[in-house]
Amino acid sequence: MESKSSTTGNRDNPNRNLHGSKTMMASHFLRALFRIQQTSTSSSSAGRSRRIRRAAYASMAYSAGTRRAWSRALLRKLRSRARLRFPRRLSRAATPQRRDMDQAQVLRKLVPGGPSMDDCKLLEETADYIRFLTTQVRLMQTVMDSISS
Amino acid sequence: MSSRRSRVSEEEINELISKLQSLLPEARRRGGGRASAAKLLKETCNYIRSLNREVDDLSGRLSALMATMDNNSAEAEIIRSLLRS
Repeated sequence: MESKSSTTGNRDNPNRNLHGSKTMMASHFLRALFRIQQTSTSSSSAGRSRRIRRAAYASMAYSAGTRRAWSRALLRKLRSRARLRFPRRLSRAATPQRRDMDQAQVLRKLVPGGPSMDDCKLLEETADYIRFLTTQVRLMQTVMDSISS
Repeated sequence: MSSRRSRVSEEEINELISKLQSLLPEARRRGGGRASAAKLLKETCNYIRSLNREVDDLSGRLSALMATMDNNSAEAEIIRSLLRS
């Protein structure tokens, strides 16, 4: 799938980008899981869950590297040790969204680094972010299946 | 930083929108052909939120599974061998 946009040159082929990244993602995530396994006690179940979640987003960000705005923003968040907030539900305060622009604003809050992107960049970054997110989810499912069988 | 301002054409936006649409799972691509941009963005937002929920859910389940593993179990061996290869 070649993109018409020429600003990012040949880094644009999404399939090429993702393939090498998948290996890095898996390797990074498994190492993190292993470390978590070694260093957590049986009483820290919620803490372990949080660490796994953090490892998931970290694997995504490290495998995407610095070539994407979303991964750079995510790496910054991780390094600052700030609490990671990833919205799961529609916020109750959200007013009814009627126009494109409003939805784009909602999207900006969901994609790391979103607020500083113009519409065009937001769409590109969103597509890339979704590819990595779905890959990470599939990776976690695979690890679950392997461990529980 | 390669931010492009308002020289972006309608065409380019439409192309990016359809690329995005192809990433959403079947069930969310209502109306086959051209979903309106607003609907598509809304579906995209919903999709990202559901992916975040899946990460949370899988983290919890992995955590519970790992609690039942000890360091010398077969599963730990599997992970170790995956890391070595």
